Amino acid sequence: MEGDNVVFVTVGTTSFDQLIETTSNEQFIELLKRKGYQSLVLQIGRGVSEPRRLQRDDFSMQHYRYKDSIAADIQRASLVISHAGAGSVLEVLQAGKPLIVVINELLMDNHQLELASQLSEEGHLYYATCSTLLETLKERDLSLLNPYSSGKPDRFSLCMDKEEWILLSHGGHGNIETELETFEVLISLAVRERQGANA
Amino acid sequence: MEVFFILCLLTTIALSGLILILRTVYVLTTKGRSALPGRKKPVKVMVVAGSGGHTTEMMRLVGSLSPYYKPRIYVLAESDRMSAEKIVNFEKIKTDRSSSEFKILRIPRSREVHQSWLSTILTTLNAVFFSFPLVFGEKPDLLNNKVQSFFSLQLLCNGPGTCIPICLAVFVLKVSGLKDVRMVFVESICRVKTLSLSGKILYHFADHFFVQWKQLQEKYPNTLYLGRLV
Repeated sequence: MEGDNVVFVTVGTTSFDQLIETTSNEQFIELLKRKGYQSLVLQIGRGVSEPRRLQRDDFSMQHYRYKDSIAADIQRASLVISHAGAGSVLEVLQAGKPLIVVINELLMDNHQLELASQLSEEGHLYYATCSTLLETLKERDLSLLNPYSSGKPDRFSLCMDKEEWILLSHGGHGNIETELETFEVLISLAVRERQGANA
Repeated sequence: MEVFFILCLLTTIALSGLILILRTVYVLTTKGRSALPGRKKPVKVMVVAGSGGHTTEMMRLVGSLSPYYKPRIYVLAESDRMSAEKIVNFEKIKTDRSSSEFKILRIPRSREVHQSWLSTILTTLNAVFFSFPLVFGEKPDLLNNKVQSFFSLQLLCNGPGTCIPICLAVFVLKVSGLKDVRMVFVESICRVKTLSLSGKILYHFADHFFVQWKQLQEKYPNTLYLGRLV
């Protein structure tokens, strides 16, 4: 259980039996052991298939259906294998953990693929299907993943303040010109980022 | 005599129709205008949050707002239980002690996942029916001339959710001239290449429309792109 070598599998609030079956079979566990992982924790959601529990000297496997928060399990894991749900994907990336997203081919939920494939294009995660997961884990180097910088909600609030003309400094000492300058800087930053990405 | 009466009636109808059309055109062409400079009064905010992951996204945006944005009124779908809990927890941290700064209201969901399109029309009408009293009831005092903002994020990635009925009611409120409301739509981060259905509709009505990926901004030039927000 303890140590850094936990793999965490999560399906969110859905059911994804195929992923649970793939990750709990003997062949996959062998690969995990060879890679130095010592423990596998599965969050199985509404799934019908319940994996067996394992408690060997060199490897343990446990599962549960839901928890109020999976944040602790993500924190403890050194690799997370997740369904393509945006909530789970972003939570794992924000925690800075290596992530393999497994697409549920039975669910043609295209926009979820959109996010996963975009993030994989930018090198923040690897994505696989149940049939290619073993291969992906075997061949891809998790240390090559780009760290994910979390979003910047303050840009949104600054923009709102500008639109509502709220002076950020309290008590009437605010200088709208300075605030607007900050805003212009933000905009040009966003534009430059865009051009940088295009180049 | 009768002819005269009918003529009068027709003129009245035509005139009020014309006024309504002009008013609608005016509201549509002046969207995106800023409020008056230097206002220090609080901004009453109505937040229409989606379910699950979308609520998390929305809470990050609301969490970044300065203290001027209060009170905050959250509108949720009736069937959404998880989100209320998230909101209450969030507000507990944001506002210490004073609990009067937010409230949670509910309307029926206009579309559940996998619902057929025909029955969607009926459930949407039902949701609209609930949205009007909600929006008009929350309208703050005109004399104070407070400006109300509506932040909305689409309810479900694959269909129009709670925000369409609410935004329809808001639009009618704007056309009526009773209230200057600004409508802000933030497209979910999971939309990379295409807008959600709610997004496609509200693209024409929202005062500020944020997208979180540059590809979308290129496709829809009237959107704001400031990088990933959540």
